[in-house]
Amino acid sequence: MAYLIQGETGGWEVVVGLEVHAQIVSQAKLFSGASTAFGAAPNNQVSLVDAAMPGMLPVINEYCVEQAVKTGLGLKAKINLHSVFERKNYFYADLPQGYQISQYLLPLVGEGTVTLGMPDGSQREIGIERLHMEQDAGKSMHDQDPNRSFIDLNRSGVALMEIVTKPDIRSAEEAGLFLRKLRSILRYLGTCDGNMEEGSMRADVNVSVRKVGEENYRTRAEVKNVNSVRFIQQAIEIEAERQVEAHESGAGVVQETRLMDSARGETRPMREKEFAYDYRYFPDPDLLPLDLTPDYVDAIAADLTELPDDKQQRFVTDYGLSAYDAGVLVADRETADYFERVTHATSEGGKTGSRDAKMAANWVTGNLFGALNAAGLSIAESPVSADALGKLLDLIADGTISGRIAKDVFEVMFETSRAAGDIVEEKGLKQIIDTAEIGTVVDRVITDNPDQAEDVRAGNDKTIGWFVGQVMKATSGKANPQAVNELLAKKLKG
Amino acid sequence: MSLDKDTVRRIAFLARVRVPEDALEPLVGELNKIIGWVEQLSEVDTEGVEPMTSVAEITLPLRTDEVTDGYYSNRVLANAPDNKGPFYAVPKVID
Repeated sequence: MAYLIQGETGGWEVVVGLEVHAQIVSQAKLFSGASTAFGAAPNNQVSLVDAAMPGMLPVINEYCVEQAVKTGLGLKAKINLHSVFERKNYFYADLPQGYQISQYLLPLVGEGTVTLGMPDGSQREIGIERLHMEQDAGKSMHDQDPNRSFIDLNRSGVALMEIVTKPDIRSAEEAGLFLRKLRSILRYLGTCDGNMEEGSMRADVNVSVRKVGEENYRTRAEVKNVNSVRFIQQAIEIEAERQVEAHESGAGVVQETRLMDSARGETRPMREKEFAYDYRYFPDPDLLPLDLTPDYVDAIAADLTELPDDKQQRFVTDYGLSAYDAGVLVADRETADYFERVTHATSEGGKTGSRDAKMAANWVTGNLFGALNAAGLSIAESPVSADALGKLLDLIADGTISGRIAKDVFEVMFETSRAAGDIVEEKGLKQIIDTAEIGTVVDRVITDNPDQAEDVRAGNDKTIGWFVGQVMKATSGKANPQAVNELLAKKLKG
Repeated sequence: MSLDKDTVRRIAFLARVRVPEDALEPLVGELNKIIGWVEQLSEVDTEGVEPMTSVAEITLPLRTDEVTDGYYSNRVLANAPDNKGPFYAVPKVID
């Protein structure tokens, strides 16, 4: 189900590569001891290194290196033991050095892979070309004064990973899946918080199109700095349509940088002056090459957290979940952890051992997600703890309450954070499993409704359902549904 | 290798050095002399020698991830030609 654009001359395939800038989670900046915390007063988290005062020298933050190596391993990529920092030269008001310290010819991380689970159940491999470390620039504000731009250097020098994909992405949908998967991997690893609103993950999108069946790539255009998954998808579709038209009209596509104008639903070229730079990369004489030992990399690899793909596989194998359910649960590490806490009953006062994992998965992805979405809460903010949900499942499992009643109990738990057992006790919601007691109600309902009873005896089985409803109503939903069904069948049809 | 006038004009632009048109030609000569001087190095046979960017026999010094600096926007801004409160103010960057 490839995504194709139908032009006047036939079908066109979209070819997309992404350059994702992911801010590394660290206390201090890449080459200085200033803080990286978000939202500080302007120019307060700036050292004289970040402000590029003459004579200041960069010293690399070892934790940022570790974070980048960890990310490389999470992307199943080759770690280059020898990498080099270079200067990327350009002038802009929020880049006080006049160059960005980056990596160019010899990046820290080489080729890797990200696997996407497609909606139809198939898998797609997206190649990673490289990952390198670099400094972020400061922030410019152009709309505060008619004649001046204001600059805040708090972000200047914060460590970034630039993650470059191969041109393997073939649709806006795949781009969205890739970004979500990448974000999930980064969050699992704790190397980037993936927060696109705060700018800790941004992407440049390279787009080209080609006729179906063409081997070679055509000229691409780059759409810069798109900062949400939705806008990136929109940019790909708009830019691809534009290029198909440009090719078909004979105007052609030129290699250029374009800006996304989401309000107007178009991309437009950046002014030539802004991008026609020759960056004149050269090794930064202030920094020696970064040389790592195999032992160093192995130690990080040995300590690597379980990644979403492995966890998904484990959930399928160990818990018997469907690949889809497992995928939903592992997308977010907190959700996966919550699910596992529900599944493993180790709680005081509850039973110990394993609970029904499929049931737990259904409750987490169904009732819990539904309630959290409606309340606008994240799973970390859930008023129902994993332990409390587990105890509710115990009440279903041992027959204390029916699944239907459990839904009502859950709603009360969600509103009040109270324990399931207390709610059941207080509201008298315990299931009636005593067949004699249910039998009395069944008898009464049959006696009260002779016409309907006759209907069932005449062979209209649908009316049995009506009787079940009546018995449930008479017992406030507390009668064990199975017992009700059995008794009705016995008493009505003998 | 030798530079022409257009290349020198472009180098000056990239370095943000304003060079009057009549000063370009002399600059072409000077830069070509410098390049010629450096190019003498190409007489050395470097076949099979890895490129090196440093002669220091030490590895890259590393720093622990601790906040040890910053929180002095007044010092940072002390030399700014213009500022607006805690911000640097620069001639408007049009985009």
